[in-house]
Amino acid sequence: MAQNNVDNIQDHATLFHQDEYQELFQAKKEFEGGHSPEEVARIAEWTKTWEYREKNFAREALTVNPAKACQPLGAILAAVGFEGTLPFVHGSQGCVAYFRTHFTRHFKEPFSAVSSSMTEDAAVFGGLNNMIDGLANSYNLYKPKMIALCTTCMAEVIGDDLGAFIKTSKEKGSVPEDFPVPYAHTPSFVGSHITGYDNMMKGILSNLTEGKKQATTNGKINFIPGFETYIGNLREVKRLASLMGVNYTLLADNSDYLDSPNDGEFRMYQGGTTLEDAADSINAEATIAFQAYSTTKTREYIAAEWKQKTFVCRPVGIRGTDEFLMKLSELTGQPIPKELEDERGRAVDAFTDSQAWLHGKRVALYGDPDLVIGLVQFLLEVGAEPVHIVVTNSNEIFEQELQAILDASPFGSTAKIWGGRDLWHMRSLLFTEPVDLLIGNSYGKYLWRDTHTPLVRIGYPIFDRHHLHRYATFGYQGAINLLNWIVNTLLDELDRNTIVPAKTDISYDLIR
Amino acid sequence: MTPPEDTLEQTTTTVDKKALIKEVLEVYPDKAKKKREKHLNVYEEGKSDCGVKSNIKSVPGSMTTRGCAYAGSKGVVWGPIKDMIHISHGPVGCGYYSWSGRRNYYIGTTGIDTFGTMQFTSDFQERDIVFGGDKKLAKLIAELEELFPLNRGISIQSECPIGLIGDDIEAVAKKATKEIGKTVVPVRCEGFRGVSQSLGHHIANDSIRDWVFPQADKKKKELGIEGSPYDVAIIGDYNIGGDAWSSRILLEEIGLRVVAQWSGDGTLNEMMLTPTVKLNLVHCYRSMNYISRHMEEAYGIPWLEYNFFGPTKIAESLREIASRFDETIQQKAEAVIAKYQAQCDAVIEKYRPRLEGKTVALMVGGLRPRHVVPAFHDLGMKLVSTGYEFGHNDDYKRTTHYIENGTLIYDDVSAYEFEQFVKELKPDLIASGIKEKYVFQKMALPFRQMHSWDYSGPYHGYDGFAIFARDMDLALNSPTWSLIGAPWKKS
Repeated sequence: MAQNNVDNIQDHATLFHQDEYQELFQAKKEFEGGHSPEEVARIAEWTKTWEYREKNFAREALTVNPAKACQPLGAILAAVGFEGTLPFVHGSQGCVAYFRTHFTRHFKEPFSAVSSSMTEDAAVFGGLNNMIDGLANSYNLYKPKMIALCTTCMAEVIGDDLGAFIKTSKEKGSVPEDFPVPYAHTPSFVGSHITGYDNMMKGILSNLTEGKKQATTNGKINFIPGFETYIGNLREVKRLASLMGVNYTLLADNSDYLDSPNDGEFRMYQGGTTLEDAADSINAEATIAFQAYSTTKTREYIAAEWKQKTFVCRPVGIRGTDEFLMKLSELTGQPIPKELEDERGRAVDAFTDSQAWLHGKRVALYGDPDLVIGLVQFLLEVGAEPVHIVVTNSNEIFEQELQAILDASPFGSTAKIWGGRDLWHMRSLLFTEPVDLLIGNSYGKYLWRDTHTPLVRIGYPIFDRHHLHRYATFGYQGAINLLNWIVNTLLDELDRNTIVPAKTDISYDLIR
Repeated sequence: MTPPEDTLEQTTTTVDKKALIKEVLEVYPDKAKKKREKHLNVYEEGKSDCGVKSNIKSVPGSMTTRGCAYAGSKGVVWGPIKDMIHISHGPVGCGYYSWSGRRNYYIGTTGIDTFGTMQFTSDFQERDIVFGGDKKLAKLIAELEELFPLNRGISIQSECPIGLIGDDIEAVAKKATKEIGKTVVPVRCEGFRGVSQSLGHHIANDSIRDWVFPQADKKKKELGIEGSPYDVAIIGDYNIGGDAWSSRILLEEIGLRVVAQWSGDGTLNEMMLTPTVKLNLVHCYRSMNYISRHMEEAYGIPWLEYNFFGPTKIAESLREIASRFDETIQQKAEAVIAKYQAQCDAVIEKYRPRLEGKTVALMVGGLRPRHVVPAFHDLGMKLVSTGYEFGHNDDYKRTTHYIENGTLIYDDVSAYEFEQFVKELKPDLIASGIKEKYVFQKMALPFRQMHSWDYSGPYHGYDGFAIFARDMDLALNSPTWSLIGAPWKKS
């Protein structure tokens, strides 16, 4: 019987495995009008074939399980890295409910953002009144130091002009004249969440730094993380910079916001880059971005308007971290301390310890462009072979950059970049050309189920495993984390495959 | 003569809570304050309503928990129909965020004959906005047919731009229906329509009325089951964590034949069979009353609201359902209630002492702010406040049967208001959604997600009640709450 033991209450994970529910499922089929099990099995087998793969890759209009989200998601992630900043999304309110839910599920943290709650009347007459009232209400209710505005696709389709609306709202007294309301247009039908991050970062920086250019630099280095969801990475970058004795401004630092201590009090705004520091970022020596494709416009703007040198460093793996530290040293004249050299040595030691299990392993991966580049660099360093690389929000420049990285290593020769493709394409790739390992976000669990390819969860979103975002993937310590996740997933898989007593367990070794 | 003490206490509570509402509203600008004060009240016993306005536009710039019509249609009503493909038509985001988010459990081979945890989208680009998306949609449907031949039908879930650029998805749907010989349903659930997801439920219901039932009427004979006097349908159970199954098992045990589940673990065939049933059993009234009313008018099928949260309501509901049938069913209902008595007693005996007297603040969507209250009562817990994200006037009327004098009521409560109310009322447990969860946990308050059962469940039915009790205990009595605050700060 279902719950016959009050000390062992069965929930969905086991409840429905019991006979009475299994019978219920069986009986229900009478009404479902389903296909025969043979037909289902036949089609299931067919979807694993090359024939299916070709049809799948021939589609032009349909997208199935894409690995990308829309612009405003990225925009509001950029916004919450600034002190006291409330993201305000101009458009219909459902989007904000989705964004907040999505981030909350990943970070397991509160995420505050408001909307102008536009409905049919705004669709006809425009959303100006919603903006006027919305700014006044959010300013009074949530007492922000800055409101960062972006749009939904609704506001974009009807053509609402944020710049003009903000001006009018200020004239009507919604917020004080000198209250910062930076903005970005973030239509969901252009680019993806990484484009939105870029647009918002540019919007905020241009607003805050206006008229703040000094004759001399402030001696600092700006860091821009990009659409970064590893809080550990922000903390790691700060630690590395401190060890190097580098004076820096992180644009923007959402690590406290998205990983705040539980001390019994909820604070809507936590930490963040101060508006003063952000305003002064125009006077820095140089700007280093840790992602290229979520900071393209921002870097162009910084180079053109601030007349500042910009660089992209991805401190992933040993060489990526080496390059970052050397760039820091070059820009500041600070030497790389012995402590970091030791850390490097320890990471390299770990790599050589584990390399035998990774050498020649075939890997499929997917995610945002910069994440994928970092992972590919890492895989090539340990002698693994990237095979299928799916990037839904790809572009040509990215593909060229990635191809060059692959071409520079003998381990990159088997790789193919699948730009603009989705996870249903990946499914075909995994069936027709199997690999040893899949790397990607939580959505990969469906591919794991269907193709039995072991999955390492790296990327965004990760909904079904706890705390991974608290770790770093950057720096020498991040390299050890990546190594740990990847090699131990392969070892888990080896154990699973050698577990049958008296049959396969001859290789069920204690020591690996 | 002085009134008895408990009445006095309740009156004071009412007065205090009214003062609290006033205080919380102080921070709003005048225009918004005027709007919001109509949505907050304290329930006074004997009144036929909670006395709040509802189903009205959210105040711009105030952090509402509400979603949109698309979320109501695709996310709630249509999404769980497992053998159909639901296209998120428009830009990529809406489909992405609503992908696998609701835990509507189902049995089936995903990607082959079942599509519940997949995201199908037309991924609109700028050119689609400029030139329209109808051609792309038609082509997309052809591609779906080729790659997913076992789909039983398709629904087109419109995102915001579709209505704004004037696409004719109805024409595409009609043409596609002929071409592929399957049901293709256009749903005008653009996110800007209405004030919350609630209109999306209504729109989805209407699209079933207009695009599914006419097909069902034509195909009546082909659908293939012999009617029985005990045929019923479960309407408005989304099978979160398996809720509809732990409900269905009881209905079948009392001798009824459940021929359709809407929409959790449901199929198009089940939807089409529904107009043949003898009684529609409605769990989520808010999302599915429309289609139930329609079936009553068009097919003469009566409907009955029931509540399967907690043994008190389950027994009451089973008896009421059985009363619509003959004595055999009524006797079986009594037998089922008796059969599960021991199970419930054991659960209550174990958990009630741990939960007795604990207070709860609720804020959920459109049904649970009232329906789960008796389950808390069964465990000796007490409700201090409740409110709906998107309830209507009739929901607030129905709520009066579930709550006591002095309960604080908040409609479409903003994050700010909710936080202030909780700070003042100091409930032992907050039962709300994911967006609220960590706000309150940071305040050292135990919390359960009442949209998704916090990844647990089912909570419906007798089997579900045991899980509900276990979960409330693990939330409230976790030792982790006592770790909050460094010991050197406490002294």
